[in-house]
Amino acid sequence: MKEFLIAVALAAASAGAWSQGSLLNVSYDPTRELYQDYNAAFARHWQQQAGQKLTLRQSHGGSSKQARAVIDGLDADVVTLALAYDIDEIAARAKLLPADWQRRLPHNSSPYTSTIVFLVRKGNPKNIRDWDDLAKPGVVVITPNPKTSGGARWNYLAAWGFALKKHKNDQGKAKDFVTALYRNVPVLDSGARGSTTTFVERGLGDVLIAWENEAFLALKELGRGKLDIVVPSLSILAEPPVAVIDKVVDRKGTRKVAEAYLRYWYTPEAQEIAARHFYRPIDAKIAAKYEKQFPKVNVFTVDELFGGWQKAQRAHFADGGVFDQIYLKH
Amino acid sequence: MLPGFGLALGFTLLYLGLVVLLPLSATLAKTLTLTWAQFMETISNPRVVASFRLSFGASLLAAAINAVFGFIVAWVLARYRFPGKRIIDALVDLPFALPTAVAGIALTAIYAKNGWIGRLLEPLGVQVAFSPLGVLVALVFIGMPFVVRTVQPVLEDLEPELEEAAATLGADRWQTFARVVFPAVLPALITGFALAFARAVGEYGSVIFIAGNMPLVSEIAPLLIVTKLEQYDYAGATAIAVVMLAISFALLLLINWLQWRSRTHSRT
Repeated sequence: MKEFLIAVALAAASAGAWSQGSLLNVSYDPTRELYQDYNAAFARHWQQQAGQKLTLRQSHGGSSKQARAVIDGLDADVVTLALAYDIDEIAARAKLLPADWQRRLPHNSSPYTSTIVFLVRKGNPKNIRDWDDLAKPGVVVITPNPKTSGGARWNYLAAWGFALKKHKNDQGKAKDFVTALYRNVPVLDSGARGSTTTFVERGLGDVLIAWENEAFLALKELGRGKLDIVVPSLSILAEPPVAVIDKVVDRKGTRKVAEAYLRYWYTPEAQEIAARHFYRPIDAKIAAKYEKQFPKVNVFTVDELFGGWQKAQRAHFADGGVFDQIYLKH
Repeated sequence: MLPGFGLALGFTLLYLGLVVLLPLSATLAKTLTLTWAQFMETISNPRVVASFRLSFGASLLAAAINAVFGFIVAWVLARYRFPGKRIIDALVDLPFALPTAVAGIALTAIYAKNGWIGRLLEPLGVQVAFSPLGVLVALVFIGMPFVVRTVQPVLEDLEPELEEAAATLGADRWQTFARVVFPAVLPALITGFALAFARAVGEYGSVIFIAGNMPLVSEIAPLLIVTKLEQYDYAGATAIAVVMLAISFALLLLINWLQWRSRTHSRT
């Protein structure tokens, strides 16, 4: 209900303001700071290019909560969410954009990427080096609930992918590994920031599974000198995608500026903004410039190992899926 | 019959219809997109059943705790004069006003193993934060004002002559309380209990931070509704909601009946 009211208010606000050149970007939680910078840069760029003053609005929340708001009628010109599955659902349920939306922009419509790393206590007292160490008895792991947190699904799939590669595609062994890992999780927060708080502020757990950009942010804001980042031998390439919502921009007449807004991500200036906010840039030159910041990681993608988000969602996170089985077995 | 009945009743029905029944019927309508088998499968899932048990069990227990201690608070506020009374009186309302998320985060900070109270409880082997006990603590916190605020005015309005009369007729203090004061306050106490209970059943914001949200152990029913919504399973979410509504409604009816009974009994 609360979301609905916010949606109505935002929709009313955006409907009133579009004629002066305004865009609503519906995004997920940890991109707040990123898009503050990006919006300022794009507004300057657009003023130079088109001579139009732009008002850029942001809405943040859990990724699928945001997708639901768009499905239920929030007038988003663009969405910038945590995983492709949420935008797929907007395409499937509300038909606001074509099903092949992800092919419209380079790099799977993901202009910045991240990966999953570990955050451990200073000095790494439990000597956590790789995914294997997370499933050992006596290690306390903090990660959010993948059923309520889009970010946590990346964590889960990263662990699964590691086990799959290690055990030569043996699904049963991968399941055993992930089961052992989640047995070590004492708290399933509903969102990624909640888990970060549990680990950093409440002092619970030996290791936090986190997005790299969140881990850097936690290090910078909360735990300087108290935490270390550990990069596993293999991880997942997290690709948070972006898309123009066709039905909305065509109705509001904002297609041109909305498309320019997303294309701007693929310029060197914008790529630097991503890097400054600890997202990995896809532009090779900028990536080289920030090489020191981002340690080398071997990654796999959701498409390679799971056949895309639709399949991964159905097999692992739907009701009765593998994640449920982990808990219902005992 | 008093004049204005038709208009007043019409207004009441319209108002209740718009504010209460319309959203509820929308919930029901969504549930009806499920077949009976799907509905039963959703609500008999072990996780869902465990969450019902926790939500209703913890809510009833929290309301009972509040009925006892809220009564004492109301008694103190109604009966005694002491310095700082106004401040304590205002403190009672704080759980009403505090955003529930703030309450949840604050309680978690206190009861986590590195928190003020959690630190003392940990050596005793008592874990409050991230366990069902944490759920209870949060529900007691948010429900407390309901009992105090319903009982307090009744206690204040209770005429001292009643107690004096009881005393002159030979009743001791305990008899006066048990036979005169308590029956007069009981209907209000039951109302306070019902309100605290109803509030606790629907509570999400504060509980979610302290519960730990482990499947089968510390997941409350509202969390499973949110979980279903996160999977775009609108119908499944409303199925759980409908069951919660039905149980709550039945319990509230029962409580209302008890209250009606105690009121008629105390008059005779």
